[in-house]
Amino acid sequence: MSKALLYDATICIGCKQCEVACAQQNKLPYSDEIAAESVQSEHKYTVVLTKQEKFMRRLCMHCEHPACASVCPVGAFHKTAEGPVVYDVWKCIGCRYCMVACAFAQPKYEWQSLNPRVRKCIMCPDRVKAGQQTACAEICPTGATKFGERDELIKEAQSRIQQNPSNYVPHIYGLNEVGGTSVLLLSSVPFEAFGYPKSEKLGDTPMPEYTGRVMSKIPDFIPLWSLVLGGVYWITHRREDVAAAEAEERKLKHSKDGAR
Amino acid sequence: MKFRLTLWKLVFLVTICLGIYSAYVRYAHGLGAVSNMSDQFPWGIWIGFDVLCGVMLAAGGFIVTGAVHLLNIKWMHSVVRPTILTAFLGYCLVIVGLLFDLGRPWYIWHQLIYMNPHSVMFEVGFCVMFYTTVLFFEFLPNVLERFNLKQSLRWVKGIMAGLVVAGILLSTLHQSSLGALYLIMPGKLHPFWYTPALPFFFFGSAVAVGLAMTIFESSLSSRVFGRQLELPVLVQLGDVLLVALWINALLRFEDFFHRGQLRNIFKPSYEAYFLWLELTLAFVIPITLLSFKRIRRSPDGLYLASVACLLGFVTNRLNVSVTGFETWVGHHYVPKWTEFMITLAIVSSGFALFGLAVKYLPIFPEVQHSPAAQPLELIANNAVPVAVLVENAGD
Repeated sequence: MSKALLYDATICIGCKQCEVACAQQNKLPYSDEIAAESVQSEHKYTVVLTKQEKFMRRLCMHCEHPACASVCPVGAFHKTAEGPVVYDVWKCIGCRYCMVACAFAQPKYEWQSLNPRVRKCIMCPDRVKAGQQTACAEICPTGATKFGERDELIKEAQSRIQQNPSNYVPHIYGLNEVGGTSVLLLSSVPFEAFGYPKSEKLGDTPMPEYTGRVMSKIPDFIPLWSLVLGGVYWITHRREDVAAAEAEERKLKHSKDGAR
Repeated sequence: MKFRLTLWKLVFLVTICLGIYSAYVRYAHGLGAVSNMSDQFPWGIWIGFDVLCGVMLAAGGFIVTGAVHLLNIKWMHSVVRPTILTAFLGYCLVIVGLLFDLGRPWYIWHQLIYMNPHSVMFEVGFCVMFYTTVLFFEFLPNVLERFNLKQSLRWVKGIMAGLVVAGILLSTLHQSSLGALYLIMPGKLHPFWYTPALPFFFFGSAVAVGLAMTIFESSLSSRVFGRQLELPVLVQLGDVLLVALWINALLRFEDFFHRGQLRNIFKPSYEAYFLWLELTLAFVIPITLLSFKRIRRSPDGLYLASVACLLGFVTNRLNVSVTGFETWVGHHYVPKWTEFMITLAIVSSGFALFGLAVKYLPIFPEVQHSPAAQPLELIANNAVPVAVLVENAGD
């Protein structure tokens, strides 16, 4: 079964320990200045946002059907069986289609580098594979970020909303958005307030389906269209050959008539 | 021949020098230093113009070869060679543009070994690669004739039918797929431009622009190289262009209608202004011009209509790739000057290479060059900016 993260903004105290742990795990720089940055970047995979005493984490959602993996021309992204969506830098050609395609605008780029990489939360794939939890979940002092089986986390999120309905927006963000994600969010304020796209706007359709509908027609289109084009060529040129042959015949007949 | 520095030659040289400086910044300091692209705007004008518009402007190649070789339309024969030259140069320059835009251009060949068949980008990349090869062979007869290599010429002409069919197939696929690239961004791209019909519109606009570009380059080169203008051919191309524009316009209308956008497109907004600009240039002006018989049959009228049409569809693709994302991102993207310079340098070298090819290869075989006679008249005629530049490119 696939793993997931459940982030409950109502338990979060905004201590930013997850940011620190993430930086350590991914060997990224971390300082007071970076802690103060409220945007994700190539050196900050996750960020804890604050708005009127409310907190919200942002990180890669690890979609069940990731757009980044489907659009990458060289297949540099893939979703592992355990859940994380990971990046193989040695394949990447730097076209940045993943960045444009991601509905959550998660992939970031090393714009200053001469050999730039795409950077995003990769959900600690080595730890997850070894049966450990992600660095951010492990360090979280309040359990606001919880690691576990996706199915169980969904049940837990549902029961939290049920037991304390006044405390939550009655919605698990990531349950069905773009076909479901491996990061699930609970909050007391609307998710849009922190820059998450509106659920209605995202829809439940997995993103790869939008292009998949077109791409799936190509294997049929190629032989059919070639046949049509070849057929047109044959017909137009055959017509010309026939006309030429007929003219020849007429000329022959004419000269015969003339001889007689 | 003696080198004379004219105004347009000077402009060309300055553009190339600034382009070389920008290229140095690109490869010595990275994409961040040379462009205003950012995590919010990962694609700038190098994708929006150099790639999307470059491929569109080179579409004449498959349309004209298809009309002449496949449909056996004889009257278009005289524009086949210049159109193939434009297409071949166009695709080569698109690839040059990609070498600037890709973060890791030295791995561009990964496309051949790490294939992801689900990716539209993979399909586009593959088609562009193969189609450039096809165009190379379609262009080859010019060189073979020049050096009188009869055996090889016969060989290339023997496979021409196959090349033309392959060229149309590959073009149909990637011209439409450039639009399909944006299908995965329903929430990000503004509803004026996001539509499931994007692949059809990209193909349709490529057909119209291919025709307009053929008129444009024939008009331009007739002025520059002092050729007899093949007016009857251009007039007929203008007729076809008018039909193509009407079909495009009606499909756009249908699309706005069915998606319930008709009400919104008349409400003033940032996006609406750009949409109006696009629709005016691409449809209103050229359709109006071409609808009058007198304008449709005059060289200037055809030239003007084709230029408006080209600018209109260029605006369309920039709207799809840049304007349409600005609201979602929340701020504007204005390219850095070095970003512009690289694009301008690529476009200028396109004009220069076209001039060189015409000078040394039998692109317009029926014409005898009289280079001494032309430039004087051209300097006087400043209406055609690139004229002098192209004429003297080979000096």
